[in-house]
Amino acid sequence: MSLSPDQIQQLARLVRLKFTESEADDLSEQLNDIISMVEQMNQIDTRHIQPMSHPQDMRLRLRKDIVTEKDRHKEFQSGAPATDSGLYLVPRVVE
Amino acid sequence: MECRTALEHSRALKGKEYSSVELTRALLEHSQSCADLNAFITLTSEQALKQASHADRLIAKGEGGPLTGIPLVHKDLFCTKDVRTTCGSRILDNFISPYDATLVERLQQAGMVMLGKANMDEFAMGSSTENSYYGPTRNPWNHERVPGGSSGGSAAVVAARLAPVATGTDTGGSIRQPAALCGLSGIKPSYGRVSRYGMVAFASSLDQGGIMALTSEDCAYVLQAMSGFDEKDSTSINQPVPDYANSLSDSIAGKAVGLPKEFFTDGVDEEVAEAIRESISVLEGLGARMVEIDLPNSAAGIPCYYVLAPAEASSNLARFDGVRYGHRTFEYTDIIEMYEATRSEGFGPEVKRRLLIGAYVLSIGYFEAYYVKAQKLRRLIADDFSRAFEKCDVIVGPTTPTTAFPIGLKTDDPVQMYLNDVFTNSANLAGLPAMSIPAGFDRQGLPIGLHLIGKYLDETTILNVAHQYQLNTDWHQRIPEGYA
Amino acid sequence: MMQWEPVIGLEVHVQLMTDSKLFSGAPIAYGAHANHQACPVSIALPGVLPVMNLEAARLAVRFGLAIGAKVEKRSVFERKNYFYPDLPKGYQISQYKHPVVSGGSLTIETGTGDRVIGITRAHLEEDAGKSVHENFHGMTGIDFNRAGTPLLEIVSEPDMRSAEEAVAYLKKLHALVRYFEVSDGNMQEGSFRCDANVSIRPKGNPELGTRTELKNINSFRFVEKAINFEIERQIDVLEDGGMIIQETRLYDSERDETRSMRSKEDAQDYRYFPDPDLPEMILDDEFIEEVRANLPELPNHRKSRYEQEFSLSPPVAEKLLRDRDTADFFERVCERSRSDPKTIANWINGELTALLNERNIEISDSPVDSDRFTALLDHMADKTLSGKMAKEVLMHLANDPSDVDAIIESKGFRQITDSSEIERVVGEVLDANAPQVRQYREGNQKVFGYLMGQVMKATDGKADPGQVNQILRNLLE
Repeated sequence: MSLSPDQIQQLARLVRLKFTESEADDLSEQLNDIISMVEQMNQIDTRHIQPMSHPQDMRLRLRKDIVTEKDRHKEFQSGAPATDSGLYLVPRVVE
Repeated sequence: MECRTALEHSRALKGKEYSSVELTRALLEHSQSCADLNAFITLTSEQALKQASHADRLIAKGEGGPLTGIPLVHKDLFCTKDVRTTCGSRILDNFISPYDATLVERLQQAGMVMLGKANMDEFAMGSSTENSYYGPTRNPWNHERVPGGSSGGSAAVVAARLAPVATGTDTGGSIRQPAALCGLSGIKPSYGRVSRYGMVAFASSLDQGGIMALTSEDCAYVLQAMSGFDEKDSTSINQPVPDYANSLSDSIAGKAVGLPKEFFTDGVDEEVAEAIRESISVLEGLGARMVEIDLPNSAAGIPCYYVLAPAEASSNLARFDGVRYGHRTFEYTDIIEMYEATRSEGFGPEVKRRLLIGAYVLSIGYFEAYYVKAQKLRRLIADDFSRAFEKCDVIVGPTTPTTAFPIGLKTDDPVQMYLNDVFTNSANLAGLPAMSIPAGFDRQGLPIGLHLIGKYLDETTILNVAHQYQLNTDWHQRIPEGYA
Repeated sequence: MMQWEPVIGLEVHVQLMTDSKLFSGAPIAYGAHANHQACPVSIALPGVLPVMNLEAARLAVRFGLAIGAKVEKRSVFERKNYFYPDLPKGYQISQYKHPVVSGGSLTIETGTGDRVIGITRAHLEEDAGKSVHENFHGMTGIDFNRAGTPLLEIVSEPDMRSAEEAVAYLKKLHALVRYFEVSDGNMQEGSFRCDANVSIRPKGNPELGTRTELKNINSFRFVEKAINFEIERQIDVLEDGGMIIQETRLYDSERDETRSMRSKEDAQDYRYFPDPDLPEMILDDEFIEEVRANLPELPNHRKSRYEQEFSLSPPVAEKLLRDRDTADFFERVCERSRSDPKTIANWINGELTALLNERNIEISDSPVDSDRFTALLDHMADKTLSGKMAKEVLMHLANDPSDVDAIIESKGFRQITDSSEIERVVGEVLDANAPQVRQYREGNQKVFGYLMGQVMKATDGKADPGQVNQILRNLLE
């Protein structure tokens, strides 16, 4: 598999990045190097192997349903890019 | 006094040879005079002196533990209340955390004094500390060389004796590789041993906090203080932490040391290989038994890692969107533009590459071929270790294939850069404790690291072996020229 | 004319009745000030981690058991990745490939008999924040109070064939989650939200048509209207030779129409993968059995028990079972009262319900508790009170915390049951109404009612009507 500059732009949209055409060209080369390295995986047979999501097979610990958090929005918003009336402001979003 | 280990400082503080405030002041001054290393992102002199004088009061009352009053530096990936936490990224350049990471809190509880926040590869992505918004850190052993990464700032701090210990994080080798390249002892404990709460996530299933120091003994004490169950982290292990220091002086006679032939290949620099062979004879001289083992799937470690880590990262870094904290672009007309400009300005090239790779391996049509395939390899790699540990107590090999490389050498070749992790990342994939300790120098005077991998939850054995090795070698006592 | 058959499946988001969020200890109280309930996890500060709420797991299991589904011992939280300003982490934690509940069903009653609607799955997930479109200099405000609220998404099979069936299913589901205290089901507060997948196909054709997803239908009435509108729209499109586009449509209740949501970009790719911050959720038998042991009696069991044990008619039993508190109230009264269960049921469904409706309150907040209600009915059973008097006493009880006896005493609500007293009054009435007595004896039966009325009037309505009837008849014959 190799990634074209167009595909790079599609992936960029998914992760909300923007690249110029020449950046996408350079990236396409670098990413294709990485992908061919990654594809060495295919040399190993993994039939009948269970995928592993966590480094050790752990089980989820469940927390008691207790309210432990207090209002600290002023503190949290002190470094926020834009707020008003306790709300975080973003460019208009229309459904 | 600056060149002492943490435990030496501890004895000196208790013996009233000097105070924590005096030590702190001296190290802060030293740090300022070593600004050319670019090891720090933030120095926290004022808070440090406050914490030091508090520690002095405790020591005067005969209170406090072995780490009370001992200065340290945190990797700038750990959230510190009221002190900026940048992760080496422009996107968090202005971010001040409203809370302390669990690790930070615990070391503070232990009486340690934070001198500042260390430079690092942006979001811990890198092996050279060249990927920092704040510029590269230099290796104290040779300023033209990288200190390794991603915890390169922490490594440079300790190697230059700007602090006796520094915290780091290790996702694929980010504690052990810089420890090796800077001539330090560095340990990444078992996954789940140290809480990840407040440690800004790169790849959540691989990230683990740890420590770099001048000796494995210091590592044992600091690791003890930072380890243990934390209910704020669902992957934290609820198991008692053994008394690491207690077992340091145990004999290693009869211990089975596994030598995987896969770690002694042509890819390893001959000088490095030679130093590792010598280290092995030191261990043999201490009565350890060498056992040949197989890790047949270890070649898959790098490809597997470079699928899983970017996949998790692409999701973990989505929260940096300019809405609630951190950088927001100046000009935008709609939300998409705001996101794209904010993130494109905020992240550096390596982070962007990994976000794209991560999105790619998770996307429809590629998920099975890349992500699931890598998850299966992960199991094969973990199973290899389980089988190997039926025959041995610890696995050793080189930490890195080469010593520190020149700044700029690999920045344009991501794949070459990734190969730095070839021996280290399998321990992350399997969640095992692993350590690097100084094992010699090459002809250019650059440090070489010996890599030790332990059984799951058995930090005790690797710390014990490392300590016994250090009682019989002096590589760890060498100081880079100009920093004595 | 082609006969079209609608095919409808519903996805219902139910807010679980917990105190804290799904993955953090922040409160989820409704109506808090903006971002006052937005803790570090809710706003996704760097470095924070999710820790799963035990009660949410318990409620999901309870729901699974209630619908006879399979409770999965192993379920997996995954990340659904997309950018939206109300989604703080850039991903939503949701169960995807391995939901906690799978394969249950609900039986609904329709005009043509009972229908079993399959429930494919129910999975746990967190809610997003809320966008506030007031005027902030042309910007949108984001409130993260709701972010992280625990939801159970209940997905039905495409088993419904009309809007009416969809509404019947929703009502049944709504009653069930309330009955089992999985959710308060409050629709105004968004605790019970519905999306509908609608398609049509020629009747008899087994293949499914292209479906559209209707969002934003948050009342039973709108569900019916939105689905009916959409069915008509699809029929029009197909009969005009057009094609249905698979898309999400928004229901506009003011215009009573659905319209396409502008898709801002190419197809979404959510890049689901297991959340590395959350190991697999393993629920052991012990846990599931504990939930089962604490399950209230299933409504269907209870209904047939009411029909057999208490000889209640199905509609009366059904009405008592509209929520668990009402059924429990009924059973508490039955246990202690001398009245017969039918009377008790009728009084709860009738007088008491009217009183509660008038005040717009739940039975759990009823001003007349089951003790006083029992005493009231018992006084009717022992004829201290007539039915009419009991109704009046109930009104007094609603405004006065005194016990029933005290109210009867103070307001003089005692029925006259002393037959000599009644005979005396009847005698007086007959004396005073000689013409009517004569008419009656000449065969005019209608006058009887008039005379009855006169006796009741003379006793201020306190005489036992049964006795009056008896005595009046005796004296007239």
